[in-house]
Amino acid sequence: MIVSFTLNGERTTARVMAPSSLLDVLRDELALPGSKSACEQGECGSCSVMLDDELVCSCLVMAVDAEGSNIRTVEGMSSGDFLHPVQEAMHRAGAVQCGFCTPGFVVAAVDLFEKNATPTRDEIKEALAGNLCRCTGYGSIIRAFEDLAGGRE
Amino acid sequence: MNVTYPSSLAEALDAVATGATPLAGGTDLMVETNFGHADPQNVVALRRLDELARWEGNFIGAGVTWRRIEREGPRAFAQAARTVGSPQIRNAGTVGGNVGTASPAGDGLPFLAAVDADVEVASAGGRRSLRWDGFFLGVKDTALQSDELIVGVRLPTELPERQEFAKIGVRNAMVIATVCCVVTRGDGGATRVALGSVAPTPIRARRAEEMISSVSRPKESDLVEFARLVSEEVSPITDHRSTAEYRRHASGVLARRLLERCLR
Amino acid sequence: MTTRTIRPVTDIEGVVGESPLRPDGIPKLKGEFDFAQDLSADQMLWGATVRSPHAHARIVSIDIAPALAIGGVHAVLTADDVPGRAVFGLEHPDQPVLAGELVNYWGEPVAVVAAEDERTARAAAGAVVVEYEVLEPLVDIDEAERRDEVFRRMRIRRGDQGVTGEVVVEGSYEVGMQDQAPLGTEAGLAVPDGSGGVDLYATSQFVHVDQEQVVASLGLRPDQVRSHPAGIGGAFGAREDVNLHIHLCLLALYTDRPVKMVYHRSESFTGHVHRHPARLWYRHQADRDGKLVRVEARVVIDGGAYASTTAAVLANAAYFAVGPYRCDSVAVDGVGTRTNNPPCGAMRGFGAVQVCFGYEAQMDRLAAELGIDPLEVRRRNALTTGDPMPTTGQIIETPLPTLAVINSLEAMPLMGNGSSDNPVHLPGGTGLTSDPEHVVSGVGYALGIKNLGFSEGFDDYAQARVLLIDDGAVVETAAIEVGQGLVSVLAQILRTELGVSRATVRHVDTSRIDSAGSTSASRQTQISGGATMEAARNLRERLLDEYGGDRLDDEGVWKGEELVAAMGTVVERKWEETVTFRHPPTFASDGDGQGVVHADFAVAGHRAVVDVDPELGLVKVLRVDTTQDVGKALNPQSVRGQIEGGIMQGVGLAVMEELVVGDGIIKNPNFTDYLLPTILDAPDVEALLIEEEGSWGPYGAKGVGEPPTISSTAAVAAAIRDATGKGITRVPVRPQDIAL
Repeated sequence: MIVSFTLNGERTTARVMAPSSLLDVLRDELALPGSKSACEQGECGSCSVMLDDELVCSCLVMAVDAEGSNIRTVEGMSSGDFLHPVQEAMHRAGAVQCGFCTPGFVVAAVDLFEKNATPTRDEIKEALAGNLCRCTGYGSIIRAFEDLAGGRE
Repeated sequence: MNVTYPSSLAEALDAVATGATPLAGGTDLMVETNFGHADPQNVVALRRLDELARWEGNFIGAGVTWRRIEREGPRAFAQAARTVGSPQIRNAGTVGGNVGTASPAGDGLPFLAAVDADVEVASAGGRRSLRWDGFFLGVKDTALQSDELIVGVRLPTELPERQEFAKIGVRNAMVIATVCCVVTRGDGGATRVALGSVAPTPIRARRAEEMISSVSRPKESDLVEFARLVSEEVSPITDHRSTAEYRRHASGVLARRLLERCLR
Repeated sequence: MTTRTIRPVTDIEGVVGESPLRPDGIPKLKGEFDFAQDLSADQMLWGATVRSPHAHARIVSIDIAPALAIGGVHAVLTADDVPGRAVFGLEHPDQPVLAGELVNYWGEPVAVVAAEDERTARAAAGAVVVEYEVLEPLVDIDEAERRDEVFRRMRIRRGDQGVTGEVVVEGSYEVGMQDQAPLGTEAGLAVPDGSGGVDLYATSQFVHVDQEQVVASLGLRPDQVRSHPAGIGGAFGAREDVNLHIHLCLLALYTDRPVKMVYHRSESFTGHVHRHPARLWYRHQADRDGKLVRVEARVVIDGGAYASTTAAVLANAAYFAVGPYRCDSVAVDGVGTRTNNPPCGAMRGFGAVQVCFGYEAQMDRLAAELGIDPLEVRRRNALTTGDPMPTTGQIIETPLPTLAVINSLEAMPLMGNGSSDNPVHLPGGTGLTSDPEHVVSGVGYALGIKNLGFSEGFDDYAQARVLLIDDGAVVETAAIEVGQGLVSVLAQILRTELGVSRATVRHVDTSRIDSAGSTSASRQTQISGGATMEAARNLRERLLDEYGGDRLDDEGVWKGEELVAAMGTVVERKWEETVTFRHPPTFASDGDGQGVVHADFAVAGHRAVVDVDPELGLVKVLRVDTTQDVGKALNPQSVRGQIEGGIMQGVGLAVMEELVVGDGIIKNPNFTDYLLPTILDAPDVEALLIEEEGSWGPYGAKGVGEPPTISSTAAVAAAIRDATGKGITRVPVRPQDIAL
């Protein structure tokens, strides 16, 4: 069946044959491989997207349920060469190693900062507790977002 | 594949009557699907059915998310909600899903047991209401009929003022409960103790409740006895997450701590 | 939120000692970086794997017809379809490409399929009917040893075996099975070249060894198989062994179509080797001053069903069984068993992790027995430059600043954890299990030591080719970037040596350059870095000679203040220099484990601070501070990244990460139950780098990837002992180990 939704600001349709996840449809049908698949069960956050302004795991969204929704993925967070402040903060803090968890952290952090421009260290941690990183030990990720929160007027 | 996007509960119930699989947050169904354990080809999409997401007084619609419970729910229910999966899961997962999946480790269930909540279900033929202990029958087994949909949970109109939830997991966030527990205490001393992950369904520790409810100002010896009774009343198993012995021990410790918090 | 418009982040510069922005940072942040999972090709098929549901069974029959009957299925291949060598293996080929007669572990591949899409491929894999005669699995390591089912035995005897000390401490310890759990699962794409050969793009730490194994099992000429470095979502040892590589090439050549395969998480947990579980026994004897007189150890690790790197892991465990301590009477016996448990192999720390948990527990017992401070007893025994290794007798010739590690760790202020009163910082976290009155605190110390680079006579080398082109300096290498930052550090070396600002790391396939060796053993910065530095230096010398200059930069070759050759002119000619770098030679040890076995060493120390809720057995690791011997930090930010990430994996092993195996079956092959630490489990880390140059690595650099993981586990265990008074003889520490 055909599912239509707004994807990173643009009207989009996708052909969905089975009870596929939104993640699979983004990656395989819509050629947006930025969202990553790492656990298939909502335990790692690598596939995080915003669905109608709520942060969710796209592996647990049935693609057909995205009908009529507004979806934002990591691909929609930057604009050409201009990084989102969340991305720039991670880049400068050395918060990217292998990069597999990175898109999920970017989306989760954008969601956090859109809802709370000056999160505390604890708020940063609790908001990102659904995103696993195996490389950094999280230190550089926390520093990136503390810097970003502190750097705001 | 067939998908129904109902605009009313009645339409949704019609779809369920034809065998459609209810899809709300998707946080359980999609795990089953991704792992190849389920292949729902006929689905009724409930996420945006406002009728199911109503929260009116003591009635919480099945479609209310854990994020909302975390922010607006009664104290112990909100505490439980904060431990449901990750932020992403709480944004999607619903009360109805937790109830319908009926996992022994369902984080939201001990609260419902502690307050003697009713589960309200509906079919095209009408509605019925089951008390929680008539609804949860076993591990992932409920009294829900194949043509029925969970429409919400009804809490008592008056909730005990003192209520506390806690959950043991080896990780500090996003973890399946080894044991979870709710203790409530009313002004007159009436105490309720409910536990999860220690039996096939959420359970109440009724002997412990009875014993401690009659004590208006529990002394240390009462607390010890209370914890002992709770540990006696659970029937946990050993699995890859923990041992029966630990769960039994921890049930008593946790219940006592929550009681002490209620007494503060 | 205010949407600040900021300048594009594009300029990446930085020489050795600086921390430039990662060149792959932006594509990774934008979701544009190509991981192996993200590759595709025209006409591509998807592969899937049929795996054994038994830990030990005889294959009676395989019926592929039901799978072939599914529309869109192009191939179902079994052991009979493997044209070349039937087995593979990193050191000792013993593992069937596809199991033919016997399956020896749960999840072992039995058949592979290719189909039009992933769903169909997986359905076809499920439709293959395999009839098994189930056999009793051998899962008990004591029984395996009795039956002499062993991959290797180690025997080390050094010094007078008859000496005794006045103080004796003895203990037995156990380490559970940890998994690397890189976030990216195994993935790859094989593309047939139309003339019988194949190009492979797959998750790997070591493309040349993959290529050799594909060549052998496909029965092809070496030039027919090209293994290309692909984007890797973490590794930590899990990608040294072949898993889907041969399968993909088989399917691609059979179908004459590109074939892609991506493991699901549960497959990943069976598709790669794990950290060896271990049982340790120790007896330490010391004099009244706490000086070690004799150390005896017995180390048993379970290799599981196939060899992988068990022999080398066991050797490492044995060689480092005493730790960074002097001792002149040593006896170590080691066994690596063969069972029907999941195969184990490389993981960050490679044998040094397991023994560290044992010897550091012993050092603390010794300190307690003598009434000496734990760091003092370590200081009195600190192994240092010029000393013989307690096990092998090898004289340590590169700097080994063990004393500096101890003294600086001791001097680091013990800070609070910077957390608020938020109850989520108590043990139990968001579960709100603990109140402050339930919590006790503890502090624990541990030191660890490990070799850098490969040992025991392995010909360990890396080739690098440096070019100067109109786009700046380029280094071509087959070394794998797994996230550690090789792409930064090699470019920094180019800029340092050639004086140019534009520098690029170009990953090339196995046909275009010789091996860089594995991205493991903390070795690439030293070895591929060494090759890059030497090649760049040679190139600079040649350039300066050619133009009679004394200096090189972006503008060209200078002599004094005069530009003798503009860069535009210089790069009209081909400037290229290829170097194969080898570290000092090592040798196999003798029958007593003696000899020059290792090329270099690194030490690190950790101090863990924990809160424990003893009644419930829950632990919160608040801080892990560290001092680490790094030689020279070529990129301090990357070094810190390795330290924090390595510590987190050490903390994971200490308190939560374990593959639970029963009757050979993994009970928790998923991220719901194999618990990786979350951001709320991350300790604060203060790191001090000890820079004592003199190693053979470029600029005196040492590898830094593994030491953070080695002693952090032991430090956390020590802190839990300090907090609770419990023995803590097993990691991961489980709630019931403390509470009951």
